[in-house]
Amino acid sequence: MKDYNCCVVVVGAGPAGMAAAISAKKNGAKNVIVIERENRMGGILKQCIHAGFGLQYFGEELTGPEYAEKFSVIAKDNGIEFMLNTTAIEIKDKTLVCVNTEGVINIHFGALVLAMGCRERTRANLMIPGSRPAGIYTAGTAQKLINVFGHKVGKEVVILGSGDIGMIMARRVSLGGAKVKAVVEIMPYLAGLTRNKIQCLDDFDIPLLLSHTIVDITGVDRVESVTIAPVDENRRPIMEKAETISCDTLLLSVGLIPENELTRSADVALSGITKGAIVNQYKQTDKPYIFACGNVLHVNDLVDHVSHESEEAGKFAALYAAGELDAGEAVDVMPGDGVRYVCPQKMTCTEANVDFYFRTAVPGRGTTLTISDDTGVLVTKKLVCTTPGTIEKLTLPADKAKAVCGNIVVRAEHKEA
Amino acid sequence: MKTDVLIIGAGAVGCALARELSKYNIKVTVCDKNDDVGGDASKSNSGLFSTSATMPVGTLECKLRTIAHSMMMNICKDLDVPVIECGSIAPILYPEQLETAKALTERAFLNGVYDYEILPAQDILEMEPTLNPDILGGIYSPRDKQANQFILVSAMAENAAENGVEFILDCKVTGMDVSNGKIHMVHTTKGDIEATWIINAAGLHCDDIAKMVDECDFTVHPRKGEFYVFSHDTPVKVSHIISSVPSPKTRGVLVIPTVDNNMLVGPTADDVEDKSDRKTTAEGLASIKAQALNMVPGLRFEDTITQFVGARPAREPEGYDIRFSEKVKGYVGISGVRSTGLTASVGIAGYVVHGLKEAGLELERKVGWKRTRKGIVRFADKTVEEKDALIKLDPLYGKIICRCEQVTESEILQAIHRPVGAKTLDAVKRRVRAGMGRCQSGFCSPHVIEILARELGIPEEDVRKRSENAYMLDKGI
Repeated sequence: MKDYNCCVVVVGAGPAGMAAAISAKKNGAKNVIVIERENRMGGILKQCIHAGFGLQYFGEELTGPEYAEKFSVIAKDNGIEFMLNTTAIEIKDKTLVCVNTEGVINIHFGALVLAMGCRERTRANLMIPGSRPAGIYTAGTAQKLINVFGHKVGKEVVILGSGDIGMIMARRVSLGGAKVKAVVEIMPYLAGLTRNKIQCLDDFDIPLLLSHTIVDITGVDRVESVTIAPVDENRRPIMEKAETISCDTLLLSVGLIPENELTRSADVALSGITKGAIVNQYKQTDKPYIFACGNVLHVNDLVDHVSHESEEAGKFAALYAAGELDAGEAVDVMPGDGVRYVCPQKMTCTEANVDFYFRTAVPGRGTTLTISDDTGVLVTKKLVCTTPGTIEKLTLPADKAKAVCGNIVVRAEHKEA
Repeated sequence: MKTDVLIIGAGAVGCALARELSKYNIKVTVCDKNDDVGGDASKSNSGLFSTSATMPVGTLECKLRTIAHSMMMNICKDLDVPVIECGSIAPILYPEQLETAKALTERAFLNGVYDYEILPAQDILEMEPTLNPDILGGIYSPRDKQANQFILVSAMAENAAENGVEFILDCKVTGMDVSNGKIHMVHTTKGDIEATWIINAAGLHCDDIAKMVDECDFTVHPRKGEFYVFSHDTPVKVSHIISSVPSPKTRGVLVIPTVDNNMLVGPTADDVEDKSDRKTTAEGLASIKAQALNMVPGLRFEDTITQFVGARPAREPEGYDIRFSEKVKGYVGISGVRSTGLTASVGIAGYVVHGLKEAGLELERKVGWKRTRKGIVRFADKTVEEKDALIKLDPLYGKIICRCEQVTESEILQAIHRPVGAKTLDAVKRRVRAGMGRCQSGFCSPHVIEILARELGIPEEDVRKRSENAYMLDKGI
């Protein structure tokens, strides 16, 4: 077994991990190690060959691999050490246990940043009945098979879920010559970004069926058809109106779940809603030497947000490792009416601006977003419309953050649905 | 090709028979229509080794299962098949079940099972605190056990192959030339086979084979059983097999702790026509959930990682039937083997081999028959120090392919290259659990496709999920 010491260790070399590592280094961490299980940096960005990344962060439109490449160049220029083909398997106090083909490696750290990303929800999570033939993929797996491995997954495709990856894959398989027969969404509104509906579905004449779901899958060897049905207001399928669509492939884009199994080995408190760690504004978990950022913390919509958030995590991890972060007593930050969750879930006494990222519970127009404490509303922001598919951000200015009284509640109120 | 004994069907019974016959100096061949051993019912069930307590008294099924149950622990030890000796509890939920429970203990006594007893609610709840606190008592059966059924079947096959048995997979029997009371030739999708003895161990499809020799005075249809598989980290887990107080048709819904640490909850028992029907149904899953929650109220069904269907062969008329044909010389028909067959398989094997001897097959014991087989060492189960040592021995133990179940490339290569090895994704999954975890193969399947193609020397487009045309990718045709 080998032993290494470092100020900050980061688990995962995707966009979150790279941004956190660079920021940790820039904020004084002498040595920063990034652990990555795959043979290249970039995480899921490697398979996202479409454009649309970086508009906010770099002010230009990039593909996923381009966005990742920019970060990996900066990371290397900053002298960050990457351990590729290496898997982190356990956190034991302030030691990260990793394995690669040379053996077990124990990395003793001052601070650790979790940046493992997320996994896709599966057919089983939704308990979709039917047979279990070949040809059923989560959208991200299909994306990897097509864009990284150069395969084709099928000719006639139905997609369940209108998440961003699902819509992007609808376009991708269409460009590869497959026919996308329908994108089926159980909710009465889109799960992903509106721009993806326009660019990926409308431009390719792919029908979007809202308030519909899949009630059966048929096929012994390979998928032969799926049966779809409209749902009532309680999301129960109306079986009398079911119809069968023949297809050889079913892609699922039905949500993402932060991959927190490693986090559990360290007994870090997790949120039941985000499925990520509960953190304060420094992205610090209840184990003060462990920080979390990116999709392992909460599922983001834009990588640009991830980069910003992760820079915070890296910065404060470096400060913690140097003994310069002393988070005091925390208040709770809670989702109020119209808000599904808020991240961070805790805020400690501070003299700096604090950003809250959150998702609304339902879509609506004429939305008023507020931050309140026991004394009343502290911040108000008005938007033309909001949807749960988009992450909203409110900033609590330093002067108000400093004087917070009691717990903080974030609310969203729509004038019309 | 020519062989002394041809076994049709590589399920639990076929593989147990193959291993038993591999002790002798004869040529034994096993063929199966699937890509892998494990058959239909044998690979998709609850993995229980139960005593014969509730069996119909005095039947061949009861006798063979009783014998087999006493042999099973030794066989699992020889074949390195992990077993959990957890015992089972059938909670008594309603007053009318008390009568049934009493009758069952009487029957257990007649079946030679003396440790099947009714315990007071308080004692049962102390043993299994996850149970519904309103129970009136429970039947405790301490010798019921759980194993990974596929690992057992494939271990028997592997051991048989090491001892010289030939397995021909993806090989469907399409017909037989029968005349003058003799089978002259067996036609298969992999060529013709000439055999002195032909044993029909085709389970769900044994009627189709029996028809070929006109020995089919029964019917077989699938009795579908749907199951949920729970994630390792679900908070409420049982430590005993929890079963419903059985009814004549089925044992009802069970909540089963497994050697792999994934609870199983199921099955349903739905008689269907179509032998290829493996569909889960919304109604079936809902009914399992309701019954299971009635017994174990804390179960978290949102923590299930998959649901599946197994098909037990339901024979009409019921009951084990092992027949050395008088009409067609050399034909042995095994039918009526249902869910009890996993346990009973090793008893059936001994019984059939004895019958073959009686019928004149000369069985000369082999010198140096290999009794034992070692399982594939699982990286995930090892301590950090042991992991380091494993990687030093084989660096590919340091390359994790399936992150959810921590399965390494070394394990996958062993699964592929062992005797009767894996040729498909499901076959790899069943042997070493790659793809068996929470992401259900989302992350590892592209890598496993790549490894299978490389190791089998086939294009990636030809890699299958399982039998026949279950291709993972678009073949471009």
